[in-house]
Amino acid sequence: MDAEVTDVTPVGTVKTEDIEIRLLLEAIFRKYHYDFRGYAMASVKRRLIQARDHFKCATFSALQDMILHDPGMMTAMLPYLTVQVSELFRDPLYFKAIREKVVPHLKTYPSLKVWIAGCSTGEELYSFAILFREEGLFDRTLFYATDINHDALKKAEAGVYSLDRLKLFTENHRLSGGKSSLSDYYTAAYGAASFDKSLRKNVVFSDHSLATDAVFAETQLVSCRNVLIYFDRDLQDRAISLFHDSLARKGFLGLGSKETLRFSSSADDFSDFEHTERIYQKRDMT
Amino acid sequence: MSQNLLKKSTARNQPLTKETAPQAVVIGVSAGGLKALSAILPALPADYPLPVMIVIHLPPDRDSIVADLFNDRCALTVREAEDKEDILPGHVYFAPPDYHLLIEPDRRLSLSSEEPVLFSRPSVDVLFETAADVYGAGLIGIILTGANPDGAAGLKAVMAAGGMALVQRPDLAYASAMPEAALELCPQAESLSLEQIAEKLREVVLP
Repeated sequence: MDAEVTDVTPVGTVKTEDIEIRLLLEAIFRKYHYDFRGYAMASVKRRLIQARDHFKCATFSALQDMILHDPGMMTAMLPYLTVQVSELFRDPLYFKAIREKVVPHLKTYPSLKVWIAGCSTGEELYSFAILFREEGLFDRTLFYATDINHDALKKAEAGVYSLDRLKLFTENHRLSGGKSSLSDYYTAAYGAASFDKSLRKNVVFSDHSLATDAVFAETQLVSCRNVLIYFDRDLQDRAISLFHDSLARKGFLGLGSKETLRFSSSADDFSDFEHTERIYQKRDMT
Repeated sequence: MSQNLLKKSTARNQPLTKETAPQAVVIGVSAGGLKALSAILPALPADYPLPVMIVIHLPPDRDSIVADLFNDRCALTVREAEDKEDILPGHVYFAPPDYHLLIEPDRRLSLSSEEPVLFSRPSVDVLFETAADVYGAGLIGIILTGANPDGAAGLKAVMAAGGMALVQRPDLAYASAMPEAALELCPQAESLSLEQIAEKLREVVLP
C-alpha cells in the first residue's frame, strides 16, 4: 500500500468550479432534458452562484447532487437558469416599427401565424395581441407563445401583472403608437391587472426549447427578443436557423434592441429590414 | 507519511503558470463620469494594447451617444459593446444603457437584461466580477466618481483574483460615495488622481 504512492497533479488551468458547472449542466440535461449547455457562460455562472448560495451548497457539485436526486430542486432551479424580465411594449420604437413598417406587409396575407419565441411570462405576447387588434389583424392571426419554463408559461396564460407596472406599460404602449387605451384590455382588482381573455383566444402556449426542439409551423413573423443574448454563438446559430426554417418567404424576424445577426452563420439568409429596431426579413432565395 | 502528503499537496497547489501581465482594463463610473473619463480615455495612445470595458450609469435611454462622443476624441476605437463580439486589443467598449455587460470565458462580450444589481443596469459589479473570473491577475479594475456603492464588490473580486485595483481619490472626485465605498471594501486599492490613473495605465504596458 505504501510502496508506491503516485503523486497526482492537476493539469491545465481550468478552474475546478468551471468543471463543476459543465458537469452540472450536463447532469441537468441528461436527467431533465433542459439544455443549458449552450448558454453564455458568464451569465449562467453568476446565476448558478446565486442558486448555490441560496440553497446553501458549498460547491456546485453539492448543488448537482441535490438536483439529480430531487426533481423538486430542478423546478426550484429554473427561475435561476431562465431570465424573466420583460414589460409590455418594451422598447416602444420596436413596436412602432412593427406597426408602421411590418404590419402593412402582413395585411396582404389572408391568414397569419406569429411565433413569440421565449415568451417568458407573456408581456411580449400581449403587446403583439393588442397591437394586432388595433391594426385589425388579430382575428386572422394564430400566435404561438413558447418558452422552456412551464411556470412562466402558466403566468403568460394567466395574463395577470402587478398594477404598479401598468404605468410603465401604458407609457410604452402610447410611445409605440397605440391607437386605443391600454386600460381597454385589462381589469384591475386587488393590486393586479388581469388582461382580457379574448386576447388569448388565438394563442397556443407551448413548451418549446430553442436548444433541443424542432420547427413546428410556418410563420410570417417571429419575435424573439432578449433571448439570444443568453446563448453562446453556436446556440444562437441553431435558434436563428430554426427561425429561418419556420419563416415563410419574405417573413420577418424581430430581435432585441442589442441583438444582431451580424455574427450568425445565417446572416446572409436575412436582409436588414429596419436596422435600428433589429427587424430582419428572410431573403427570397428563389 | 502524512507530513509527506501535506508537503506534496502544497507543491501541487502551485500554479503551473503565473499570468500577471496586464490583459484588460475595466472601469466603473457614475455621476460626473463623462468628465472623469475625459481625463483618462483621450490620454491613451493609438497603439495601446489592452481592451478597456466601461460601465457608466446613465438614464436607461438606449440611444446613448457616449461611445460616439469619445470615439471622436480618442486615439483608440471607442464603441458601444455588441453581444458576443470578440474583445479586441486597444478597443474601448461601453456597456449599452439598460443592459449588463459581461465578459465570457472565450473572451467575448455578452449583454444581459437580467435584474438590476444595486438598482443599476448596467452594473459595475457584474462587469468586474465576470472580468475578474476571466482575466484573473491580468485585470486592472478602476472605480471613479459616483454617488452609489456599485463597483465595490466588483473591485473586491478583482483583487481576490490577483488583479490590480485603482480608485479615484474621493476628495478629488465629483461624487465621492462610489470611490469611498470601493476603498472601504478594498483598503489595499491604490487611491489616485485621474491624471495618475491615466499615467498608471500607460506605465503598466511598457515593456
